[in-house]
Order: sequence, then C-alpha cells, then structure tokens
Amino acid sequence: MKKLKADPKGVLTGAHYLDGDFAIAEGALSAGCRFFAGYPITPSTETAERFAERIPFVGGIFIQMEDEIASVTALIGASWAGKKAMTVTSGPGFSLMMENIGLAVMMEAPIVIANVQRGGPSTGLPTLVGQQDMMQVRWGSHGDYKIIALSPDSPQECFDLTIQAFNLSETYRVPTFIMTDECVGHMHEKVVIPPADKIEVVERKWYEGPKEKYLPYKPDKDMIPFMVKAGDGYRFHTTGLTHDERGYPVINAECQDWVVRHLNDKITKNAEKIIKYEEEQTDNAEVVVVSYGITSRVAYRAVQLARKAGIKVGTLRLITVWPFPEKRIKELAQKVKAFVVPEINYGQMVLEVERAAAGKVPAILVPHCGGWVHDPEDILKVIKEAAK
Amino acid sequence: MAEQKIYFGNLRPKRGTIHIDKSRCKGCGFCVEYCPRDVLELSEEYNQKGYHPPHVKDEPNCCYCQLCEAICPEFALFVTLKEDEEEEGEKTESRP
Amino acid sequence: MSKDVKAQEAKNPMEDFLRMDRIPHIWCSGCGIGVVVTSFVDALRKSELDLNKVAVVSGIGCTGRVAGYVKLDSFHSTHGRAIPFATGLKLGNPEMQVVVFSGDGDIAGIGGNHFVHAARRNMDILVICVNNFNYAMTGGQVAATSPLNANLSTAPYGNFEYPFSLPYLADACGATYVARWTCLHIRRVTMSIQEAFQKKGFRFIEVIAPCVTLYARRNRLGDGLNLLKYYHDNSEIRHGADTRTLDIEYQGKMIVGKFVDREKPPFLECMNTHMKKALGDKYVPYGE
Repeated sequence: MKKLKADPKGVLTGAHYLDGDFAIAEGALSAGCRFFAGYPITPSTETAERFAERIPFVGGIFIQMEDEIASVTALIGASWAGKKAMTVTSGPGFSLMMENIGLAVMMEAPIVIANVQRGGPSTGLPTLVGQQDMMQVRWGSHGDYKIIALSPDSPQECFDLTIQAFNLSETYRVPTFIMTDECVGHMHEKVVIPPADKIEVVERKWYEGPKEKYLPYKPDKDMIPFMVKAGDGYRFHTTGLTHDERGYPVINAECQDWVVRHLNDKITKNAEKIIKYEEEQTDNAEVVVVSYGITSRVAYRAVQLARKAGIKVGTLRLITVWPFPEKRIKELAQKVKAFVVPEINYGQMVLEVERAAAGKVPAILVPHCGGWVHDPEDILKVIKEAAK
Repeated sequence: MAEQKIYFGNLRPKRGTIHIDKSRCKGCGFCVEYCPRDVLELSEEYNQKGYHPPHVKDEPNCCYCQLCEAICPEFALFVTLKEDEEEEGEKTESRP
Repeated sequence: MSKDVKAQEAKNPMEDFLRMDRIPHIWCSGCGIGVVVTSFVDALRKSELDLNKVAVVSGIGCTGRVAGYVKLDSFHSTHGRAIPFATGLKLGNPEMQVVVFSGDGDIAGIGGNHFVHAARRNMDILVICVNNFNYAMTGGQVAATSPLNANLSTAPYGNFEYPFSLPYLADACGATYVARWTCLHIRRVTMSIQEAFQKKGFRFIEVIAPCVTLYARRNRLGDGLNLLKYYHDNSEIRHGADTRTLDIEYQGKMIVGKFVDREKPPFLECMNTHMKKALGDKYVPYGE
C-alpha cells in the first residue's frame, strides 16, 4: 500500500468544538473519503448531515439512499470504482446491512461503516446510549469471516480512529467498523485537526503489472491481493459466490476451504499489527478493568476511587475491539486476581475476556442494559469485590 | 445447385458459410426453425452432451442473413461472408 | 483451398466479448437468456463503445449469471442489490457506462425498492431485465411478474396475485427510456440497447424470454420453440403505447415496443447544476 499525506482539500485544520458524529465526518474527509451513501438513523444522522454540508466544497458524492441495504451496497460499488467510501448507521440499520457486509468481505472491498450504537434490541432506545452490537459487528453476517472494529472514547478519538479505520480497511481490504455510541456521538468536545501533511493516509495496493496476468484474488506476500478499479481495462470479474484466484465462481469444497481460510487468516495472521489498546498500571495489578468506548471514561473514575482505597487496579482500554487482544488478556490472566468488564450491554465483550482468560481468573461483568452510562460506584463495588 | 443470378449488371445476393460449434449446441432448434431459407436441420449425430446439433443441409441457399447467429442462445453458430468468386452466372435483364 | 483455410480460421465474433474459459454456459436448452446476451453483445459491437468503460452488474438468478460470462468489468452482487451496486459504481466513476443485467425476480421482487428509487433519481444506468415470469434459478417460484393463474412451485394451484407491468412501473418512476421486447425480437432488442446507450438517465429494457425447465414445464407450455412461437403469434408492436395498457395475461397478448423516450437530466447533472446555483464558485463540481 502507498502511504500518502492527506489531501488538504478535505482537512479542516484547526481546533474545533465538535461532537463525535461530526468528528467522524471530518475524519472521513481528512482520510480522503469522497463517497458517502447513507440513510438517516438516530443517533448517527449528524455524521451524514455534516458530510452532506461539507462535501460540495471538497468534491465528491453524498447520496442519501433509500435504505441501509442500498447504502452499504453502493459503498461496495464505489469502492470498486476506486473511491474511499463510508456510511454511518445505528442498531436497526446495522442489522439491515449485514448481508452486504458479507458481500464486501467476500469481494475484499475496502469500506468503512460507523455504528453509533443505541439501546436495543429492535427499535429500542433511539436516542440513548448502548454498546449492544459489539458481538454483532464480529458475527453479524453469515459465514466464517473476520473484520476489524475500533472503539473511540471521545470526539477526538472519533476523528483519529476514523482515519485509522480507512487506513486499515485499505491495507487489509476488509470492511472496518467504528463502534462508537450515542454518548460519544453526541458529546461535544475539543477536536484538534492537524495540518494535512501531518496526517498519514494509506491507499490500497494497486496492481501495476501486465493486464493479461492480473488475477484479482491472488494473495501477495502479505496475504492481501492487489486491487484494480473498474474502467482501467482489466476486465475483471468479481462475485459474492465462492471464487478462485481469477474471481470466477468455483462451487466445490476445495475452493471453499481456500476462500474461508484466506478471508480469516489475512486478519488473524496480521493481528499483531492491527491490535491497539491502552494499558495503565497493569504490572502489579490485582484487578484489571477491561473497557472500551464511553464506559472506559466512566470506569476510569471508578479506578481512581479504587486506587485511593488502596486497591491495585490496572486498566486495559480496547481501541481495536476486533481482532480481540486475547494474547494480552492471556498474559494478564497469569498475574491478576480478576478482570472486571463494565459495558453497556448484558455481557458481550466479557465473553471474549473470559475466553481469553481460559478459566484462570474470573471475568466479572458489570452490566448496564443501556440508556445511560454506569454509575462509577457500581463499578467500584465490583472492583472491591474482585480484589478480595 | 442454385444458379447464382446476377442482377443489374453486377449485383449478386450475398452467400454465407455457416460455422457450427457442435460441442456447444444444446439442441434447442431455434436456428433450424428460424432460418428463412431452410438451410439447417438437426442432424442424426450426437454431441458430447447427447444433443443433436444442427448441420447445413442446403449451403448454397444461405443468404448471410445471420439470423441463426443472432438467435442461437449458446453462441454456437456464426456465419462468414463467402468471398466474391468469379463465377459464371446467368446475366439477366429482368428484375428479381 | 485457401477458402477452406480461411473458413477454418474464422473466429466467432462473440468470442471477443465473452469469457471463453467459462463457455458453455449453465443456461438450459431453449433458455432465452443466451439470446439476450447475443443481442446485447451485438449492440456493444455496433455502438463502438470503449469496452474498457462498460461495466455489467448482475444480481442473483439465472440472468444474474450474465456478469460472469461477459468479458467486461463485471460484478456479481447479492440478490436484488445490483441496482444500488451500479449506483455506487457509476457515481464512483462517472465515465463508466454501467449496465445492470438481471432477472425479473431480482429487479422487481426483492430489488423493487431500489428499482423505484434509482428510476426516481434518474440514475444514469441501463437496466436490462430478462423476464421469464418466475424465480427460475431456485426452481420456478412465483414472482412479482408471474401472470394470473400460472402454475408455479410456490403457487401450485395457480397464481392468484396480480403481477407488475414493468414498463408501467418504470415509466411511473420516471425512467427516460422504457422498452419491452421478447427475446425473439433479436434485432429490435439490439436496436433498443443501442438507442439506450446513446441516452442518459435511467433506461429500462424488459426482454421476455422462455424458461423451459421451470415455467414452461410446470404450465405444460412445451419447449423453447413453443414459447417462441407463442411470442411470435401474440406479440404486437405498438411504439409509444400508453404504459397503463401493457398488462400481460397468462398466455395472452403481449404488447412490445418502445414506450418512453424522453430527455431528463440525470442525477449527477442535476447535482452539479443545482449546487452551482446554490453555492456559486465555491462549489467543487464532480464528474464533469
């Protein structure tokens, strides 16, 4: 992939007072996204509105499609036309997008989808916070595949992680998700947008060899195939059916084995390069609080209080939620007494922590079913219990 | 064998050579049915898939209309124009 | 002697447009889709378009397999979603001539909403809908275009639902070019596609084709030849007919022809014109 500097036309350099949704739109424009197809859904609509306001001055397309299914499919089409493409949605729209997220995975088309989570299931709590789609982003579509998902905890991180999401998506040719929530999405904070030459963006690996020898799905040394775009004369074919290196459908078990392993291994084997988390005071911790998104900020208050009470608490804030940093959790599981996992759902990422801990230590959930953030006292109570 | 008539001095009707890819044929019969000159018929032989491919039964009558080429669903037929040969044809004064 | 050699060296002119490593195709004996593809390729050749700038997008179904056989940038997307895929492709690279080649179930059934909105927006794509009155690939289930009283696998005692009249739907949604032919009208389908290539906006061509293995077999209508004979005897060309009068009854009369041919600025042109007026010099035009 080519590492480039951001196109200054889209970069609104300066210090701004933005909410998370707006920051996502700004991050997309800074990353070079020039195609946005979306559908309004609370609490993500502001991203679409901001993009619609800004794109006429930058040069690109904003189109409000008839539904979320059309939105995500249009993204894949635009991706094959060479554009960086994004959409934003929330729970109900996310569910609608699932089939075509699978198409993007199968076609290895780089797209970015932001899910500003809200209370669910179904229509749920449209205007209030939730973190209830964390497993869905990993397992939502049918079939065996892996994706990359990031979780920002502030509008500034919304901006930064959106750029990262585009870079990851282009590098690994996989749909990448920004799993934020209504709280961060509607929270106004200072967002510093650096000058364009300080922002690093990545473009997909373009094929530059002889046209007759092009194989759309032949993995390169780093397991990612070279990509082309429609209109350049490659006359390629790509399909959602199980396909071989030529992109032609091959309906048998051997090809299926090859495709499934390829789609999964390209993420698993590169996981070390993708995974990011923020660790604090975990060296001699008794309890480690694993959290992400808005909950990590609330949990930090609980951690402060716990430390004041003399408990050795470490924190692990997940920045990439998927691939999950199971190696680090496994390492910590050898040393700590327990993991405490607060999240605004009835137990999702705690299952991953539990799995990675492999029974060595308990992973204790501090659930909140949605609609508000945790009371730090609730998390503190569990930390105190765990430290005993 | 039909005589090639020459009209208005040197106007000749076009004639075509029909190329049939027998292995692709699925025996639908469209070409046979819609040839305006009855040039094709389904043969007695079988192809690999068990269908009866067509064969040219009356080649000189083919007038290069290319209808068989256009209507074949299998991309199995195509017609090439027979090059002009210096043939002795009956010169007629009358209109066709 | 040299004549024979030349004849042997002659290549089927279709081969430049097809992925020969995938021929013979999967369609049944007597299926009309191959005929429509031949007409389409003929139109491509006659239009002298830059083939590197033509893209074909298909959905799922028998007609959906067309994308896999044409030697162009081709995309085989999910069921019903060929039209939004084509929207994204066209808007992403406005130079492309994007053709959606899909079946009646894909376009008017599951893809109905996308069809309606793409036509409403006057998205600059050409949609060729091969209508065989059922969901053939999955075994002949009832479709939104199946005629009243036809027998289908999920309407085993006869279909009692009213079908769509696709040209009426396209016209009502604002398409700029609407035509209907049967696959027997080979030269006219080619001409329609050629005409459509010269136009801008949402262009829709419905081509009625036989489905021998499912629709014809279940309704005891014979084979491909019998259905083509039915098209021959029952199709009536009425250019410019009122699209409200185009319903097809079971084994009834089919009115074919070019029904709508109007000028209307397509989506991108509307966007650029409007934004220029609203924002003046500050607007950065797209795709011009």
